[in-house]
Amino acid sequence: MELEYQFLLPLIIISVSSVAAVAFDAIWKNKNLNFSFSIFALLATLIAAAYTLTASNEAIDAIKAMALSDLISKHQIHFGGYSAYFDILFCLAGLLTIVAAKPFIKREYEEYNEFYSLILFSICGMMLISHSSSLLVLFIGIELMSIPFYVLAGFFRKSIFSVEASLKYFFLGAFATGFLLYGMAMLYGATGTLDIKEIGIIISQGEAIPIYLTLGIGLMLVGLSFKAAAFPFHQWAPDVYSGSPTVVSAFFATAGKAAAIVGFVIIAKEIIQFDVKSFQIADTARTAQLIIAFISAATMLIGNLTALVQKNVKRMLAYSSVAHAGYLLMGIVASNELGYTGIIFYISAYMFMQMGAFVIVSVFERNGNEKMSFDDYSGLYKSHPILSALMSIFMLSLAGIPPFAGFFGKYYLFLAAIKADFLWLTIVAVISSIISMYYYIGLILQMYFKEQTHGRLKSKVGMAKYTLLITAAAVIIFGIFPSLIVDLTYNFF
Amino acid sequence: MLETIQMEYYLILSAVLFTIGTIGVLTRRNAIIIFMSLELMLNAVNLSLVAFSSYYGDSAGQIFVFFIMALAAAEAAVGLAIILSLFRLKKTVYVDEVNIFKW
Amino acid sequence: MLTNFGIILLFFIIGFIFVGISIAAASLIRPHKPNPIKNATYECGEVALGSPWIRFNTRFYVIALVFLIFDVEIVLLFPWAVVFKGLGWYAFAAMLVFFFILTLGLVYDWGKGYLDWEKPNPIVPVLSDLIDGKK
Repeated sequence: MELEYQFLLPLIIISVSSVAAVAFDAIWKNKNLNFSFSIFALLATLIAAAYTLTASNEAIDAIKAMALSDLISKHQIHFGGYSAYFDILFCLAGLLTIVAAKPFIKREYEEYNEFYSLILFSICGMMLISHSSSLLVLFIGIELMSIPFYVLAGFFRKSIFSVEASLKYFFLGAFATGFLLYGMAMLYGATGTLDIKEIGIIISQGEAIPIYLTLGIGLMLVGLSFKAAAFPFHQWAPDVYSGSPTVVSAFFATAGKAAAIVGFVIIAKEIIQFDVKSFQIADTARTAQLIIAFISAATMLIGNLTALVQKNVKRMLAYSSVAHAGYLLMGIVASNELGYTGIIFYISAYMFMQMGAFVIVSVFERNGNEKMSFDDYSGLYKSHPILSALMSIFMLSLAGIPPFAGFFGKYYLFLAAIKADFLWLTIVAVISSIISMYYYIGLILQMYFKEQTHGRLKSKVGMAKYTLLITAAAVIIFGIFPSLIVDLTYNFF
Repeated sequence: MLETIQMEYYLILSAVLFTIGTIGVLTRRNAIIIFMSLELMLNAVNLSLVAFSSYYGDSAGQIFVFFIMALAAAEAAVGLAIILSLFRLKKTVYVDEVNIFKW
Repeated sequence: MLTNFGIILLFFIIGFIFVGISIAAASLIRPHKPNPIKNATYECGEVALGSPWIRFNTRFYVIALVFLIFDVEIVLLFPWAVVFKGLGWYAFAAMLVFFFILTLGLVYDWGKGYLDWEKPNPIVPVLSDLIDGKK
């Protein structure tokens, strides 16, 4: 029992503190209190998660061997390994967002305490996704993440951009939830259990009812690709990301996307198996893999091609985040050790570089939707040498230029796809990376080699400088020492 | 001797309801009606979960249904709030009149 | 041989017969003396004023949300109550935690002043503003 509580600690801390943040807000109504409490809660969760990450495998095996009646998590929650690692990542993303958001929302709108509790709640949901070992927990996690997201998107409720983004996100997100749930119901019907591991076992024994299984896989693919903003359900992403407050978009595009991909991996890993006794089910799995491969290829191409024609930096970043979901899906298609490690590494790298890029946009942004076109950024290095250097680092990393983290992430994912005999997918990925270089490098050229035309941009960095420093440092460190992450995360999935 | 209604009938009804909900979301332009269609989709899922649950004699499916109901309530609260703030700004609840980003 | 569908059909038939007999019997027995007051819409004994198709104050919305908290609580409380005897104190504690979190929702509403009907500074929309589309 005590053993189990140790592993549950990160989840307990985050859920208790997100509820407590609401209570503090109701009683004291102090803005700085809620801000510092959220920082403190996220740090505590981070430390607890780091502790469970270092825990030995024997302890986790001991919990797995325990009887159902001795446990409070009833084998519905996965401990250690990738769960702990993603807990740390989500908490870091939350910390970076909160620190960058405080000056931003104060300047652009009005600081409400609800912002911090909403962030805490959605991180709680993301952590439940990464801990889920049952369809029920996965569903609760996805919804606990999504519902605060709908509110956060419409946080600037006097701005029509924000409210419209929120409305769109809400309708399409709830629509996707319907599909996801119907898929879950069908998977339950095909196997008779909600436990994801058991579903995998029943599928591999060929005992699942094929028609419900096929329906379930299809509907869940629709729902999950909606949540991960993959083709053909990516259309909401650019609109929502460019309409929401910029710091919130940073949070959606990094942590939200990472959580959706983790949920995708957890499901796909059990469904896509070829070592199956029933021929029909193996065939379904092969089709599902091929469909994910097509989704991945189309997502990369569409994301990068539409990003190419954007005139607005925030919208360009939104489309590029769609393209990055495509790269991440390659790891799921490959479904081998290298692919999963590649996903973990790429998510870690992507989280920092995309966050940094969005936060830089938020620093220059004025009046909701101004000062973020490509023309506004021309000749930026003269007035803001440090910020434009940081932006260049993030852009080079997003494009996948060697000394930065993005390169190694792409390298592992491409290698994994080749190993899984998906050479065509790798070729598509390489082509779309080359396309993406055009606009990433284009922004750098705009900043360094164009004359200022629209007058100097004003920046208000404030506390966002901590976020920028940490993200830039992480991008460089992960790029120079990729083995730090790879050694840690190998064999996680 | 009672002959029970077969599971397939429940599933067909659930699929029909789900399809009606989906078509409602895709074709209607009034935000409130889209919202009602979304709820219909969730309830269709509930029906098939309960049908499977009684077919397998396993209570997990019914527990799932309770959570879906709670989610539907939470979604109702947030969704109506968003529609309300849209109405405050634009004086309309028709989604085709809200098109800064083009739906 | 009676299938479940047969039972449902039987329910329908019995229901129709029951309602039909009641209405028929009532129309035979009751006196028939209509007058204007008797034909008016009954609204708690008051005379109805204006059209019922008015817009409700959006403040009712917040009250509805507070209701929703406890409405959904019943959904989750009900199965718990059915099997409560077999579960013991652990289930009781778990439900208390759940109840506490829900009550916190009410406390939040209270603390933020959403339960006060008279707001400190009500923003009264002026007709001319609505026509110009200012607010």
